[in-house]
Amino acid sequence: MATEILMPALSPTMEEGTLAKWLVKEGDTVSSGDIMCEIETDKATMEFEAVDEGVIGKILIEEGTEGVKVNTAIAVLLEEGEDASAAENVSSQAPAEAPSDAPAAARESKPAEAKAPPAPETDMTPDWPEGTKLKKQTVREALRDAMAEEMRRDENVFLMGEEVAEYQGAYKISQGLLDEFGAKRIIDTPITEHGFAGIGVGAAFGGLRPIVEFMTWNFAMQAIDHILNSAAKTLYMSGGQMGAPMVFRGPNGAAARVGAQHSQDYAAWYMQIPGLKVVMPYSASDAKGLMKTAIRDPNPVVFLENEIMYGKSFDVPDVEDYTVPFGKARIWREGSDVTIVSFGIGMTYALEAAEKLAAEGIEAEVIDLRTLRPMDTASIIKSVMKTNRCVTVEEGWPQGSVGNYISSVIMQEAFDYLDAPVINCTGKDVPMPYAANLEKLALLTTDEVIAAVKKVTYK
Amino acid sequence: MAAKKPTKKTNASAEELKAYYKDMLLIRRFEEKAGQLYGMGLIGGFCHLYIGQEAVVVGLEATAKEGDSRITTYRDHGHMLACGMNPDGVMAELTGREGGYSRGKGGSMHMFSKEKRFYGGHGIVGANVPLGAGVAFADKYKGNDNVTFTYFGDGAANQGQVYETFNMAALWKLPVIFVIENNQYAMGTSQQRSTSSAEIWERGKAFGIPGEAVDGMDVLAVKDAGERAVKHARSGEGPYILEIKTYRYRGHSMSDPAKYRTREEVQKMRDERDPIEQVRNILLENKYATEDDLKAIDKEIKQVVNDSAEFAKNSPEPAPEELWTDIYATEVPQEA
Repeated sequence: MATEILMPALSPTMEEGTLAKWLVKEGDTVSSGDIMCEIETDKATMEFEAVDEGVIGKILIEEGTEGVKVNTAIAVLLEEGEDASAAENVSSQAPAEAPSDAPAAARESKPAEAKAPPAPETDMTPDWPEGTKLKKQTVREALRDAMAEEMRRDENVFLMGEEVAEYQGAYKISQGLLDEFGAKRIIDTPITEHGFAGIGVGAAFGGLRPIVEFMTWNFAMQAIDHILNSAAKTLYMSGGQMGAPMVFRGPNGAAARVGAQHSQDYAAWYMQIPGLKVVMPYSASDAKGLMKTAIRDPNPVVFLENEIMYGKSFDVPDVEDYTVPFGKARIWREGSDVTIVSFGIGMTYALEAAEKLAAEGIEAEVIDLRTLRPMDTASIIKSVMKTNRCVTVEEGWPQGSVGNYISSVIMQEAFDYLDAPVINCTGKDVPMPYAANLEKLALLTTDEVIAAVKKVTYK
Repeated sequence: MAAKKPTKKTNASAEELKAYYKDMLLIRRFEEKAGQLYGMGLIGGFCHLYIGQEAVVVGLEATAKEGDSRITTYRDHGHMLACGMNPDGVMAELTGREGGYSRGKGGSMHMFSKEKRFYGGHGIVGANVPLGAGVAFADKYKGNDNVTFTYFGDGAANQGQVYETFNMAALWKLPVIFVIENNQYAMGTSQQRSTSSAEIWERGKAFGIPGEAVDGMDVLAVKDAGERAVKHARSGEGPYILEIKTYRYRGHSMSDPAKYRTREEVQKMRDERDPIEQVRNILLENKYATEDDLKAIDKEIKQVVNDSAEFAKNSPEPAPEELWTDIYATEVPQEA
C-alpha cells in the first residue's frame, strides 16, 4: 500500500521548514536509514532518513520550497511490487488533521482550571495534653534522641555524612549513635557532598530511609541538584512508582563570625520546591517531634537546624513516642494587636520583641510556622483577621523571602482585614561580613521587630 | 547491507543468538518508529535515539538475574525495552499519554519501572551515577547479592560526581557495574576534544576499580565482559567498570544535524560493524536460522512496534487532575 512521507518536525519548536534538496528521485528504492532529503529548520539543515523500505513513487514538494508545514505530505512511498499509479491513489496512513492537535481534541484538556486542593482548616490542639511530664533538653539532645528512637524503630533508617560517626558529629548531634548502632548504620563519608547526597537518594530509591547530614547547609549547595532534581521530582516523574523517602538535615543560617560562605539561610530557597517538605524548628520539643515525623515521612524532607539553637534548652514531653505533625503552626503567645509570624531562630527575636512590646501595652500574637512546606497559612489568616496587622521575621535575605510569600497570601485572603501594610523583617541585603560590628549590623535585631510592630500599629 | 567481517567462534546457542537478534531488532525498530512519530509532532521536546548502541544493553541484560537493578541517562528507550518493559507503555510515555509508564508526566528522558527495577531515565548528565551506586548501597545494606548496572556516556565521564562516586563505591565495595557507553560524542564534542584520557575505564585504576574496554558493536563480546563484571560485583568484590565502545548512528537528539562528523564515518560503521547484522550473519552462516526464520522475526517485531505506536497514539492524554497527583506520597512506597 502506498504511504505518504510527511514533512517531519525536527526540533521541539519547529512548525515549518524549507525542503532544501532531494537526494532521491522518483523510482529510487530506499531502505531504512537512507537519506531522502535535506530540510532546513530555523536552526540547522537536517538530513531526513527513510524509516520504511520502498520505492519513491512521487515527489509532491519540489526542492527549494520554503515554509512547508510540518506533516505536509512531501512524497509518496510505494511498497515493493506496486506500480507508480498507486502513487496517485494514496490511502493516507497519516492523519488528515495535524496530529499534534488530535490529542487535544480527544480530551477537553483545561489544566488551568484544575484546582489545587484547598488549604486545610486550622488545628489548634496543643502539642501535648496538660499534665504531661516534661524534661529540660537542648535542641542538640532532642535531635539525637529523635534519630536514635527512629533507628530503633526501623532498621532501614541510617545516618550518613561527614564526621557523623567516629568524630561523634561536627556539632555533636550524632553523639553516641555509632556506639549504639554500629558502622553499618552510622556512616562517615568523605568530603563529597554532591556524591554522597546522590548515593543517599539512590539508597532511598532502593528501599532504605536515609538521613543525610550536611555539616552545614552551605555545603549542600554542592548537592542541590540531587535534592531538587533527583529527590524532589522523582515521585512525579515516575507517575507515583518511586520516590525518595529521606531526610536531608544540618545547621542552616548564620552562626557567628564565620563570614559570607558559611552564613546563609536557605529557608526561602527550599520552600519553593514542590515535592520537598521543609522543616525549620525553633524549640527542642519541635526539633524532636518534627524530626521523628520527618524520618517517617514517605517524601524527601529538608530539615533546617541552627547552630546557635543547638545548645538552647526547652521543655520536651517525657513520653514514649513524641511526634509533631507537619503543616501545623504553634501559637506561642496570644495577642490581639498584631500578628508576628516567624520560624526557626527568627522566633528568638519575635518572642523577645513581644515581651518588650507587652510592657508597652502592645499585645502581639506570635506564630511559629515550624514547617514552611506545607505551610499553615490558615493559622496566619485566622490571626490576621483578629489583629488586622502582621509582621514577618526571618534571618534570610529580603528579596524573595518567606515573608514576601506570607504577605502575598494575606493580601489575597485577608486584604479587607488589613489596617496596615505587612512588614517583612529580614536580614540585610548583603553577604555576611566577618567584622564583628558589621556582622551585627547585617543580622536581624529585636529592635527592628519592635520598630516594625510600632509602624503597623501606628504607635 | 551485511557486515562482511568473518564471524567469530561463539559458545552462544542458536536460541541465545536468536534472542539477542530479536531484542536488538526491537530496539532498532522501536527507535525508528519513535523518530517517525517525533517527525509527525506526536512526540515532543527532546528525544534521544539509541540506534547503533543496541548490543550494549542487550549484551548486559543477558548477564542479569532477577533482582538486579539498572539506571541510565536520558538515552533510555533501549534500556527499558531490554529489561522487559512493555513497548506500549514506553511509546505512550514518549507521546505523553495516560498509558505511559509515568502516565505521561515523565516523558522520553524520565521513565521508571519499580517492577523491573529500572530506576530511570535521568535528564541531568552524570547525576544517575551516584544514584545507581545508592541503589547498590541499599542492596549491600540489605545483604542480598543483587548488582546495579549504572549506565552513562563518555560525556558524563567528565562530571565530578562520577569520581566522587567511584571513590565511595570502591571504599564501601558497592555491588555496582559502571557501564560507560562510549559512543564517541558528547552531544557534538568528540572524545578527543573533551577527554584527556583515551581509555576512560583506566581512570578507575586511580580508585582501585578494575575494568576493561569492550567492543560494543559485538553483543557477544559485551556479554562476555558483562559476565566478568557481574561475577566481580556479585561476589562482594566491589565495583567494576566496562567502557563499551559503541556508536550512535543518529544525532544527539532529534534536532541535532550532526555536522561534527562525516556521513562516511557513520556509513562505514553501519556497513562494517552493525551489531544486528553481525548476529544475523552468525545465525545464517551457522545455519542456526534461515532467511525465512529471520523474516518471520522481523515481521513479528514490526507488528509489536506498530502496535506500540497505535497504543501511544490512541491512549488519551492524562486527565487534568493528574497535574496535582504524585507530588507527595502519602505512604512509604513498597519495596519492589
